[in-house]
Amino acid sequence: MTVPPILELKDLAKTYQVRQGMFSPKLPLKAVDGVSLSIPRGETLGLVGESGCGKSTLAKLLLGLEKPTAGEILVDGVAVSGASWRKELSRRIQPIFQDPYSSLNPRKTVRRIVAMPLEVHGIATAHERARMVEEILDVVGLPRRAADSTPNQMSGGQRQRVAIARALVMRPEIVICDEPTSALDVSVQAQILNLLLELRRDFGLTYVFISHNLAVVEHLADRVAVMYLGRIVEDRPAAEVFAGPRHPYTRALLESVLTPDPALGVPDTRLGAVFPNPIDPPSGCAFHPRCPHAAERCRGDAPAPKADGGGRVACHYPIERTA
Amino acid sequence: MTAAPLLSVSDLTIDIPLGGRTLHAVRGVSFEVSRGETLCIVGESGSGKSLTSLALMNLLPGRLKRAAAAMSFDGIDLLSIPERRMSDLRGDRMAMIFQEPMTSLNPAYTIGNQLTEAFLRHRKTTRKEAFGRAVYLLEKVGITAADRRMKQYPHQLSGGLRQRVMIAMALMCEPDLLIADEPTTALDVTIQAQILLLLKDLQKELGIAIILITHDLGVVARIADRVAVMYAGELVESGPAAPLFQSPAHPYTRGLLECIPQPGKTRPGEPLGSIPGLVPSLTGRVSGCVFRNRCPRAEEACSGEVPVVAFGDARRVRCLFAEGVR
Ligand SMILES: Nc1ncnc2c1ncn2[C@@H]1O[C@H](COP(=O)(O)OP(=O)(O)O)[C@@H](O)[C@H]1O
Ligand SMILES: Nc1ncnc2c1ncn2[C@@H]1O[C@H](COP(=O)(O)OP(=O)(O)O)[C@@H](O)[C@H]1O
Ligand SMILES: [Mg+2]
Ligand SMILES: [Mg+2]
Repeated sequence: MTVPPILELKDLAKTYQVRQGMFSPKLPLKAVDGVSLSIPRGETLGLVGESGCGKSTLAKLLLGLEKPTAGEILVDGVAVSGASWRKELSRRIQPIFQDPYSSLNPRKTVRRIVAMPLEVHGIATAHERARMVEEILDVVGLPRRAADSTPNQMSGGQRQRVAIARALVMRPEIVICDEPTSALDVSVQAQILNLLLELRRDFGLTYVFISHNLAVVEHLADRVAVMYLGRIVEDRPAAEVFAGPRHPYTRALLESVLTPDPALGVPDTRLGAVFPNPIDPPSGCAFHPRCPHAAERCRGDAPAPKADGGGRVACHYPIERTA
Repeated sequence: MTAAPLLSVSDLTIDIPLGGRTLHAVRGVSFEVSRGETLCIVGESGSGKSLTSLALMNLLPGRLKRAAAAMSFDGIDLLSIPERRMSDLRGDRMAMIFQEPMTSLNPAYTIGNQLTEAFLRHRKTTRKEAFGRAVYLLEKVGITAADRRMKQYPHQLSGGLRQRVMIAMALMCEPDLLIADEPTTALDVTIQAQILLLLKDLQKELGIAIILITHDLGVVARIADRVAVMYAGELVESGPAAPLFQSPAHPYTRGLLECIPQPGKTRPGEPLGSIPGLVPSLTGRVSGCVFRNRCPRAEEACSGEVPVVAFGDARRVRCLFAEGVR
């Protein structure tokens, strides 16, 4: 018998209705458009793509903060649905967001903030909750005295530790990290990444790790999913993707990563800077207007994801394998 | 032959009065930039990068005090120049891209108005020509439907678009010196690459000198000719980019490089380097090496005088135990 993945998304979609001007009619915007992914327990999925491609919307769907327009989320092979879907998701899946400034109430004490999810779910007695909070503050490397401070008295790195403590106090199995270190200085980013690595090992956590920093994703992820205009264009083991991307968009993203090597100049990705209007997406393959290899077929015919080595790629003319 | 640098600053100090006490935000900073050259000032937040750039443009908030031994731009003494002439230089020969785009975009005017205003003021030109140049630059920085954008107001644009408008605005007059404060920090890596490439192209074409301020060592490595590393208000190390990255001399520079995952060098999943501790308070008397409380090499002597020493190929470092200095 095979073990089902801890998290599986089947054709997940979220369409918003938006107006472009005050008096224009509402139009559908497909923020997430038929996403299927599968994450084995204990693995880290890196989710990458330019801003506006739907990463945060996907995160919100996984957290139960938004309701899907279509598709399913399965946890341990069981579809999460019905009246209690939201509560069920939030017990097992917890978030860490980019901006600890706005996601933490600046006037509440750390103790209150971290205890809150436990209270909401009615877990343990007040006395036990206090002990759980102190334990988790230890785990994330915050001094005990931090418990009585408020976030506005803390540094950015400490605030992110509070956010991590709040996520972990629920003992979730899955943690959704949406740009968790993007607002931090590099020396603080390193500390937080090290903490996330440690926690993954100690608690056997499964991460969905969203970042625009592909070097960071390469450091953490077992698998990488590349998103473009609501769809996954490439989803393969991280080592394979970084050794040889198959989708031209993935390659452009990888080329854009500026490693600190002064022998290399600024890359020319030949991508054109224009991210398409999500309300009026291009025909065929949504990437074709920016793709250096686009052919006639790409303009008319949207490529379906095809099995490719240890993953899948949605491209009519994937880049040749080098190895 | 060595031409005189376009901009030179020596011993720049910025003090911030804080009700009786003084925050010594920038101390003893010296650097030069030549035509056609890119100097990157790199450092973590709060290290004094933005204040330094504002001081060059004489745009510090009123209660902040700027002092320097010397500061000149193309032979003009920036310490004694009347504000009227300084304001002629700004936006024409010296342009700045601010970290926060809304500080320099006026919410009451259209993008088109703001892009063409300085160009029309400083140049003998027509409205039509100014409009054409603005559209050209908007397209260059990756803005679609540039004609339509020209008629919009700043609040109608996203943060990323505003930032790109700022960049186009700074380039309108083809400045001799462009100071760009974290110009791509808020943008996608794809657009970042595009904009850095654009800056490089314009530099080649027009011989612009660029001071680029960033906290991103990747950006620095890829575009800097010379680098100045800033920590807690001081330049701890400076020099040509290649040797600086090859063999960083100051323990802080080394520490920073070890903090970032580097494909091919760091092993996935292994712990990254880190710099323990916090930046010290800069109010009251600041003495000795400012990095000593976090430095793995620190010794007793580091709380005494730490001079800047020159070594190697035009490199400078402020450390008693710098790597590669005999
Ligand atoms: N609540 C919402 N209402 C309408 N449109 C939204 C909403 N949230 C996100 N969007 C749109 O959905 C798309 C994807 O957004 P998002 O998931 O935030 O992208 P990312 O996190 O990759 O930057 C964008 O075009 C965005 O404008
Ligand atoms: N207007 C101001 N009033 C008081 N303190 C300031 C002001 N501007 C900057 N500072 C302080 O000066 C230091 C340097 O700031 P800044 O130059 O903005 O740093 P960076 O750009 O490197 O992040 C910081 O500690 C900051 O808090
Ligand atoms: Mg997002
Ligand atoms: Mg700044």
